[in-house]
Amino acid sequence: MSEQSRRTFIGGLAAGSAASVGCHAAEEEAHDHHNAASSPYLERRRSPAETAALDERVRKLENLMIQKGLVSKEGLEKIIDIYENDLGPMNGAQVVARAWVDSDYKTRLLDDATAAIGELGFGGIQGEHMVVVENTPSVHNVVVCTLCSCYPWPVLGLPPNWYKSAAYRSRVVIDPRGVIREFGLELDDSVEVRVWDSSAEIRYLVLPERPERTDELNEEQLAELVTRDAMIGVLKIPERSA
Amino acid sequence: MNGIHDMGGMTCFGPIEREENEPVFRADWERRIFALNLGKRGGFGPADMARHRHERSNPGFYINALYYERWLASVEMALKEFGVASDEEIASGEATTPWTPPGPPPNAAAIEKRVRRGSPATRDTGRQYPRFDVGDHVRARNINPSGHTRLPRYIRGHVGTVTRLHGTHVFPDTNAHSKGENPQPLYNVRFDATELWGSEALSCDRLYIDLWEDYLEPAGRQDAKDY
Repeated sequence: MSEQSRRTFIGGLAAGSAASVGCHAAEEEAHDHHNAASSPYLERRRSPAETAALDERVRKLENLMIQKGLVSKEGLEKIIDIYENDLGPMNGAQVVARAWVDSDYKTRLLDDATAAIGELGFGGIQGEHMVVVENTPSVHNVVVCTLCSCYPWPVLGLPPNWYKSAAYRSRVVIDPRGVIREFGLELDDSVEVRVWDSSAEIRYLVLPERPERTDELNEEQLAELVTRDAMIGVLKIPERSA
Repeated sequence: MNGIHDMGGMTCFGPIEREENEPVFRADWERRIFALNLGKRGGFGPADMARHRHERSNPGFYINALYYERWLASVEMALKEFGVASDEEIASGEATTPWTPPGPPPNAAAIEKRVRRGSPATRDTGRQYPRFDVGDHVRARNINPSGHTRLPRYIRGHVGTVTRLHGTHVFPDTNAHSKGENPQPLYNVRFDATELWGSEALSCDRLYIDLWEDYLEPAGRQDAKDY
């Protein structure tokens, strides 16, 4: 899949619903820190000189590891090819679209996600033990790994930097509604928010709600609507305009 | 260990920085170190041990490093700790001491197989009979081990409800330290947000987390209708 088509799955604008009333006075205090000054701990890009130094250091390490017989050039190229081209949110989007159009598949997916995802040919490293959690009008799921960066690679590819950032990992467990609002989605106070912390080798994928006005779309067209951020649970899939 | 990596519940890191159309790797060195880590031959311990290498790094480094800078440090650390390469060799990028690998490095076919097959954490050995059942109330033990653990601080001491049995999984706390896989039941446990964060949290919100049996102690059984 081309880089361009891969990217179309990653994007996805804020799908904020109509304004809803904050459900709790404390909630407003709880997200005051959204307006806090930039933290000195935030990940930053490196200068060209620093990047050149890192390039040099990794080049030396690669040379050394080849000399030591730890890696092969072709093995390294294979990994890069797989993770840049084969694995990404377009895979998870296929799983979601299938679940939307095939209720038997959805039942299998929610019952044994590893096997159901395997039916579509996806599996392997960081997808050995999959669980799919379903969003409904009354339940919204969101996934994190507070301790490191666990993420379902076969269906979503490698995680975006924000997923691995201290800001996301630390805050989504204590203030999920504030974090989700920061992404652009206002959840009504009647909605139960479920945060999934990936502390073991179980990997979670959110099954987002199918948007309205998509009855005429086929499975392939539906898959094109599915975004990475909706499958992590920080957004919904944008509603289509009437 | 109670390290900087265990950051669930901290609120000091400011807004979440996002990048539109972020590439898989932001620089060539990120691409290379990702491949070097995943593509190296076996013998450097399980993923649990690799995670603990990240956790053991200097906390100032951990918090300020780019993600793949931590991977780079972890791979260098592994080569040194397993006696495969010296500081001098890592600095120069040239092998000067002999080290005979037990076989050829993984080629493209071996990598393909490794990636597609994965490495399941479930075992049919060890403790096969779960002590807890769905619906049981459990308390996360208040443990503070000096080594690797996947029981975050924000969970310790709190009472939750078992929602799912995942089968028998390798136990990271021993596996990361070459003290055996110690396979045991793994559970998904649900905690009320108010239990974890106090009465100002929303009563309708929940936190779900996977916890091994050794992290848990009984805390009674709730009404079955509640789960």
